[in-house]
Amino acid sequence: MDRLRVATVWLGGCAGCHMSFLDLDEWLVDLAAAVDVVYSPIMDIKEYPENVDVVLVEGAIANEDHVELMHRIRANTKVVVAFGDCAVTGNVTALRNPLGDPENVLQRAYKDAADIAPQYPAEKDIVPRLTPRVTPVHELVKVDLFLPGCPPPAPRIKLFLEQLLAGKGERLAGANIKFG
Amino acid sequence: MAQRIVIDPVTRIEGHAKITVQLDDGGNVIDARFHVTEFRGFEKFCEGRPLGEMPGITARICGICPVSHLLASAKAGDEILAVEIPPAADKLRRLMNLAQIIQSHALSFFHLSSPDLLFGFDAPPAKRNVFGLIASDPDLARRGIRLRQFGQEIIELLGGKKIHPAWAVPGGVRSPLSEEGRKHIVERLPEAKQTALAALNLFKGLLGKFEAETQLFGNFPSLFMALVAPDGSWEHHGGKLRFVDSSGNIIADQIDASRYREFIGEAVEPSSYLKSPYYRPLGYPQGIYRVGPLARLNVCRRIGTPIADQELAEFKSHGTGAVTSSFLYHYARLIEIIAAIETIERMIDDPDLLSHRLRANAGINRLEGVGVSEAPRGTLLHHYEVDETGTIRKANLIVSTGQNNLAMNRTMSQIARHYIRGTGPVPEGMLNRLEAGIRAFDPCLSCSTHAAGQMPLHVQVLAPDGSVAQEITRG
Repeated sequence: MDRLRVATVWLGGCAGCHMSFLDLDEWLVDLAAAVDVVYSPIMDIKEYPENVDVVLVEGAIANEDHVELMHRIRANTKVVVAFGDCAVTGNVTALRNPLGDPENVLQRAYKDAADIAPQYPAEKDIVPRLTPRVTPVHELVKVDLFLPGCPPPAPRIKLFLEQLLAGKGERLAGANIKFG
Repeated sequence: MAQRIVIDPVTRIEGHAKITVQLDDGGNVIDARFHVTEFRGFEKFCEGRPLGEMPGITARICGICPVSHLLASAKAGDEILAVEIPPAADKLRRLMNLAQIIQSHALSFFHLSSPDLLFGFDAPPAKRNVFGLIASDPDLARRGIRLRQFGQEIIELLGGKKIHPAWAVPGGVRSPLSEEGRKHIVERLPEAKQTALAALNLFKGLLGKFEAETQLFGNFPSLFMALVAPDGSWEHHGGKLRFVDSSGNIIADQIDASRYREFIGEAVEPSSYLKSPYYRPLGYPQGIYRVGPLARLNVCRRIGTPIADQELAEFKSHGTGAVTSSFLYHYARLIEIIAAIETIERMIDDPDLLSHRLRANAGINRLEGVGVSEAPRGTLLHHYEVDETGTIRKANLIVSTGQNNLAMNRTMSQIARHYIRGTGPVPEGMLNRLEAGIRAFDPCLSCSTHAAGQMPLHVQVLAPDGSVAQEITRG
């Protein structure tokens, strides 16, 4: 059997899910022996590749770069996993939603900065516009599997990946489907 | 034709960013900029939240240094309760902060930057990552992984979770270290120390190979800011703020965090469009200052533990007064890991760590409070205003990485001007050097863009007296 081609992606979030992934610690060495990691923020591959078997997506959809990348990911990936609570529900990243237009949030963020009173345009192709609402990944594209937690603890990630590698069908239960 | 080179995304850093290099018709670098492309808006959506929730919410700013936000937030809460926290709680908070310095610095060195240092900046991109390290030097990779794990385990032993523990609270902490936890730490300390020393020796051995990088990766005079103890020793959680200049002269000292606005102003650099804090008495942009490991070692007189002090003396010989090369952030980080390990060795038998007197209970006794702590990447300030019920009215966060924005942009220009010339294609390894220049700062963009990250249309640069020195409007 060909080795699984695995990717990790990070959208609007805090990196905590990726840190929890790194908390797999020495099991990462075993994982590296079993799969090919083909794209990740901890690697220098700049374009999301084709023919990815599994992707762990951390973070919610919060700006136009996320939207564009997520469509590309869906098109190029067999199994999309919503990785952590921001991807699954929007979580803390979505706390801006009740405040309405993102311009309100941007205004406040700079308004009280001691010395400046700026506006917030987006330089074309450089600074992406914020989406009107922060959404979980499944509102934008079909998500195949959900791995909750803020962040999902490393043992939960390990169990999930072990199931995936065994090809038995992934099923988390009990304490492993807990948020927070 | 004038040309723009875009690196998108910058990889092996914490956060989302791009780098642009602007060339003129002759292929000369006009400017290079570092752009941050994310925004979440914590300062706004924290309004209306109860004070007690703030450590838990603000920890979610960053999954790499959640402990920093947890602790700075809890300290701002202590001020609002107007309490002195129990000594045991202060010691436990310190232990967790030291653990975080170890795990975060280990991540920066082993997982993110060592591939550049070990394989070279021109190595194939597919190899330049932690999996490449696992493949080529599994022993070193395992040791680095285990060093980070050691820090993460201490955080978990104290707070119940490795990432985002809801543990520090206004007035103290929730739980002590257990005796089993203490034993576990004691058992793992020697290996951690050995790995940290090996990494430091490895880096020092490589320094000769990186003379050009030491000269070119963000090497310029600036001020440095960090917390110091009352006697001028290295601090990471208590103490007060000190600024030194690039000759090592102390220019402001023992500043209470509550006075930060007298010393730190925020401007927008027209060429970078990112908020850039500056040292207010010197004005903008002369008041450029750096924070983080390099700054902490530059501002302190001594560390206070034997090996770290020896290493500090050797480190300081790389500068005259202050060490000014940003490439040596890596070096400073490794010395700080040793300082943290030695400090834990010294405190780990303190019976207070097992104490249950951990929390001062009080109501809302002040309507404003500033908390400060040294995050792995530099000084972090949380400033809250609350109403009588303890509901947040206003939150302002001055984060570590933001304070290095001016320096990171200057570093980009310095590296780009040296390595990029002509209109032909730029080799990938040259672009990786730009990214490596950013990696030296170990930026944490989830943190720095809690508020910022979009390009302002309207820019005002203010003189020290508050008058508008320059104004630019676009769009």
